[in-house]
Amino acid sequence: MNPPNKPTQVGLFVTCLVDMFRPSVGFASIKLLEAAGCHVSVPEAQTCCGQPTFNSGDRATTQDIAKNTIEAFDGYEYVVGPSGSCIGMLHHYVELFDDNDPWKARAESLKARAFEITAFLTDVKPLKLTDVNVTQTATYHDSCAGLRELGVKQQPRQLLAQVAGLTLNEMEESETCCGFGGTFCVKYPDISNRMVSNKTDNIVASNASLLLGGDMGCLLNMAGKLKRQGYPIEVRHVIEVLANMFDEPAIGEANYALGLPARGAHHAN
Amino acid sequence: MQINSPQFKESSRIALQDVNLQKALGNLKAGFPTKRATAVARLPEFDQLRDEAATLKNHIIENLDIYLEEFEINVIKNGGHVHWCRTADDACQTILDICKEVDAKTVTKGKSMVTEEINLNDFLEKNGIEPVETDLGEYILQLRGDHPSHIIAPAIHLNLEDVSEIFHEKHKRPKSDDPAVLMQEAREILRTKFVAADVGITGANFCVAETGSTLIVTNEGNGDLTQTLPKTHIVVTSIEKVVPTLEDMTLFLRLLARSATGQEFSVYNTLSTGPKRADDQDGPENFHVVLVDNGRSEMVGGELQDMLRCIRCSACMNHCPVYGAVGGHSYGWVYPGPMGSVLTPQMIGIEQAGLLPNASTFCGKCESVCPVRIPLPKLMRHWRENEFSKHLSPKAVRWGLGSWAFFAKRPRLYRWLSRGSNTVMRLMAGKKGKITKLPLGSGWTNFRDMPAPSGRTFMDQYQSRQAAEKQS
Repeated sequence: MNPPNKPTQVGLFVTCLVDMFRPSVGFASIKLLEAAGCHVSVPEAQTCCGQPTFNSGDRATTQDIAKNTIEAFDGYEYVVGPSGSCIGMLHHYVELFDDNDPWKARAESLKARAFEITAFLTDVKPLKLTDVNVTQTATYHDSCAGLRELGVKQQPRQLLAQVAGLTLNEMEESETCCGFGGTFCVKYPDISNRMVSNKTDNIVASNASLLLGGDMGCLLNMAGKLKRQGYPIEVRHVIEVLANMFDEPAIGEANYALGLPARGAHHAN
Repeated sequence: MQINSPQFKESSRIALQDVNLQKALGNLKAGFPTKRATAVARLPEFDQLRDEAATLKNHIIENLDIYLEEFEINVIKNGGHVHWCRTADDACQTILDICKEVDAKTVTKGKSMVTEEINLNDFLEKNGIEPVETDLGEYILQLRGDHPSHIIAPAIHLNLEDVSEIFHEKHKRPKSDDPAVLMQEAREILRTKFVAADVGITGANFCVAETGSTLIVTNEGNGDLTQTLPKTHIVVTSIEKVVPTLEDMTLFLRLLARSATGQEFSVYNTLSTGPKRADDQDGPENFHVVLVDNGRSEMVGGELQDMLRCIRCSACMNHCPVYGAVGGHSYGWVYPGPMGSVLTPQMIGIEQAGLLPNASTFCGKCESVCPVRIPLPKLMRHWRENEFSKHLSPKAVRWGLGSWAFFAKRPRLYRWLSRGSNTVMRLMAGKKGKITKLPLGSGWTNFRDMPAPSGRTFMDQYQSRQAAEKQS
């Protein structure tokens, strides 16, 4: 498609949880996409994928949010995001519009261009990792939407296989939901708690010292439970490991730099 | 049956604390899904059969009237009767009338979820007729005054001790905890009931249009005794169970047992084709089919049509992490799990059943194991949309969502909101990196910590970097 000297144009869909909780995942995504030969832009007009309203039955608002996202990512060859759940939502946009609605075709176009990042770096622009060395035993949680809506299963594992020193101990029931489910975890807290407790039991039983996954929602849920239970297991987004970005403490770990955002100043990474 | 679906949250909270129930649910989790996976692995064409079955079911639903009429014509040709019942009340009354015609005192019953749906047992009892459940699980539940918590393993919420106790109490025999002894006990008592019954009622897994036959699938053989010994056999089933031909039926049978119990085939697959003929040695003298609609025909042509493909295998609930945590009774009506969360609002109203389609993380496991590829999460979302459009969802949820959506539609304001929330959370967390108590998020922090943002928002940091790059 592109002449070899012209990089693939990628629009990064940051996702609201990465924006809010884990900016390092956004920077790690840019680093890896650039290493795979892409030119990465971050459209300013993006907000959230709209999943909270979609799954709460508010179709009209979801359509508005979808239109905003479709416009924000117009013209990019690919739209890539560090979340199976949010990219899965971008794929759902086609269900929001009638066949005779001009937005339907635009939603179809977005769907064809939108990829979860580990799938993109495996299936579309295969990434060769060099010099990533992590001497740890990890286990991997397969997030539901990525796994069952987008077929993300082997891709993160193929990429992790290139990390020197890393051992992957698969946990039991890695494909079972962690109980996050967006608003589910606060609407049905008791059931969600049982589900995440089952999950942390399996994580602990895997004897891994590092839990990896591809979705911030699930990772915040599992990290929060592991911290509450007092387990010293580090939790990170898979992209941070692949990008060799370990400067940030793991999710929910202490030692975050305290302080208000200083205008124009670099954050200490 | 009493409707307890509005109490789903309270019921599930109690269920999560119920040690015996949790033990029983643990057995379910270890059983059916593993057996299904093994059975599926042994049949390479399984996924292809699922596609064929979904396509065939769609064809049947689109031509439901034609196949149902063909079925009726052939039942009559065989000497049987067909009764069309729009509502649960119609169906109960029709069944009672047939029972009265033959002056029935006792009725034996094979396992049937449709009779649970129309609440037949209570109705018969009120009218002086004794219904006797003959499926072992259903029999145990009847002794306890209990209801099924699962569509194919009705007593899955019980443990051996519960059965031992109720048998001892009701049968007045020495207490035993040997399953073989308990089984034999039930068998002996049920034999006398089988012989004494005036009417036998069964469900039907499929109704075959070309032959006017009904089929039941069982593992105990109780259904066969129920339908062949009494003088009158009443099949109570629902309109979407019709299939065009015997050949078509076998396609569903290949999927049904594997999806349900992991068996390649159920132990008994019994066809009933009309009453006893002149040269038959056994069989009922009267054969009736009660076809129940109860809201199903309204689903044809609508957004819930896909649900009519359901063949009641239970794979969705066997694999559902929510069902696995709270069990079937928490759902508060007849059909539990994902299929129940779609069907129950249709049958008892979204006003009463609204909590059910919301009680899902949309993990998609149910859809991934459904033998007829019903998009269960999509159908649950349909109910959420229905609820939202009728302003039935809780005010706090609507308000919270509405204010969030206001920002999500306006990128500039959204940045401002993110920046504010990000700062507040970092201040709350201090150096701990996590928040242990969130004022408006107790649902989260009662059970887990909230990891704090690890720095300023990505968008803010990215803009700073872009600006710095431009300067340099």
